[in-house]
Amino acid sequence: MDNFLSAKDLKFSYINDTGDERTETEVLHGVSLDIKKGEFVALLGHNGSGKSTLAKCFNAINIAQEGTVFSCGMDASKEENLLPIRQKVGMVFQNPDNQIVATIVEEDVAFALENMGVEPKEIRRRVDEALKTVDMYEYREHAPHKLSGGQKQRVAIAGVIAMQPECILLDEPTAMLDPKGRAEVMKTIKMLNKEMGVTIVLITHYMEEAAQADRVVVADEGRIIMDGAPKQIFSQVEKLRSIGLDVPQVTELVYLLRKEGIDLDPETITEDECVEQLLNIFKKSI
Amino acid sequence: MLKDITIGQYFPGKSLVHRLDPRVKIILIVAFIVMLFIADSFFGLGVGMVFVLGAFLISGIPFKMMLKSLKPIMPLLIFTGLLNILFIRTGEVIWKWKFIVITELGVTTALFMVIRIVALIIGSSLLTYTTSPIQLTDAIERLFSPLKVIKVPVHELAMMMTIALRFIPTLIEETDKIMSAQKARGADLETGSVIQRAKALIPIFVPLIVSSFRRAEELALAMECRCYHGGEGRTRLKQLKTSFRDYAALAVTAVFIAGVVFADKIDFII
Repeated sequence: MDNFLSAKDLKFSYINDTGDERTETEVLHGVSLDIKKGEFVALLGHNGSGKSTLAKCFNAINIAQEGTVFSCGMDASKEENLLPIRQKVGMVFQNPDNQIVATIVEEDVAFALENMGVEPKEIRRRVDEALKTVDMYEYREHAPHKLSGGQKQRVAIAGVIAMQPECILLDEPTAMLDPKGRAEVMKTIKMLNKEMGVTIVLITHYMEEAAQADRVVVADEGRIIMDGAPKQIFSQVEKLRSIGLDVPQVTELVYLLRKEGIDLDPETITEDECVEQLLNIFKKSI
Repeated sequence: MLKDITIGQYFPGKSLVHRLDPRVKIILIVAFIVMLFIADSFFGLGVGMVFVLGAFLISGIPFKMMLKSLKPIMPLLIFTGLLNILFIRTGEVIWKWKFIVITELGVTTALFMVIRIVALIIGSSLLTYTTSPIQLTDAIERLFSPLKVIKVPVHELAMMMTIALRFIPTLIEETDKIMSAQKARGADLETGSVIQRAKALIPIFVPLIVSSFRRAEELALAMECRCYHGGEGRTRLKQLKTSFRDYAALAVTAVFIAGVVFADKIDFII
């Protein structure tokens, strides 16, 4: 059982029931996705592709009408599994302002632990540890609204990792941040994955961020249409374009150069690889 | 410009008053209010004044902050004073002009009332100066927790207060942004009559309210993701503990209440 998150033939509709009118909008049309423990998965898709909805199915915020979801071996459709699943599968949202509850950083990080009924001494220990992990320990007594966006988002991440989850779902955590904040958050996410073995599902619009993942999953119109290593996915530039997605700048450069007949590896996704190949070509031509 | 508004007016510090258990501080304030209302002589009030000024001195809050806290209630003080001076017609007449009669009793009552209100404000602002808003809501939650028996949603109310406090700065910032955005589109917020200016606020409040609802929804989701399920079985990071200094403060306050009663007696004898 090394599938940590597992969805099978998942169908989900948002139901809008105003009393006299009932509309159902099916967002996920039968999604199957398995994510292994310790994986770093980037989930891509344009707005309305159902990627956030899918993520919320994994921590029992959305309960699927059809199909099954197992998180950490627990059936997400069962009421009694609700809190254990949310503790194991944490979630971080886009807007840091709207997910910080308390007026002091450390109180906010403690929020989940207080809800879980952890002993005060243990809360103290875990809060300190979580804040040190995201490198925000010296700000523990600050007011959240005085922090920068990147710092706020790291506090939000600390609030989740204090629960000691085995998986963190991040729903566009960098969308509202400046480049510096974005780099800070990405560094934290990668550290959590590599050093602490936390399974990461990162929903993002930044292809450069997705390229850093182990695996890229592309959703479109409530279905999963591509799934594979970043190199495999991003080399299919035209297919991604056709569903309204971008590719990393490097991949785009390689794609354009290949069109002009320059022989480059289509699966180039990092700048270093690209630079190396270009240098080789230059050397040969001289 | 909206950023200048301070909320909670908390002054961090490490004085004895700061370190008291917030629950005890709330009880002390209630005791102090009782003290002021049982005092019915200047001597009694004097004892109360000594009490609150002493506490102010210990807290290390600059005295000019005390004056600042009195500024907004100036109109109320003047109004109370004038009302008492003009409408109490019993007692020895000091000054008379047409229908205005000022009596000695009127002047003393006015003075008495004003001093009482001033003491009241100084006392309660001392509470907010030395206690952070989060400590206050925490203390209120604990103090009122017996009311849970009669189904008062104490935890929920305290949670609402905490969230409100947390979002005030965020919403102020947002108001600032919306105002700038509307000004950039030619909204005129500064000129015109009061009614015109009030009307000009509508395009500011509508987006603000809409976005608050969105925020509330997202916050609720984030809270659910962090296992929030009401106050049941909840623990706290910071436990409130009463220590020797809290009991000492309670004892001192009790002595002062006795002092007020005693001072009233002296006044009566004199």
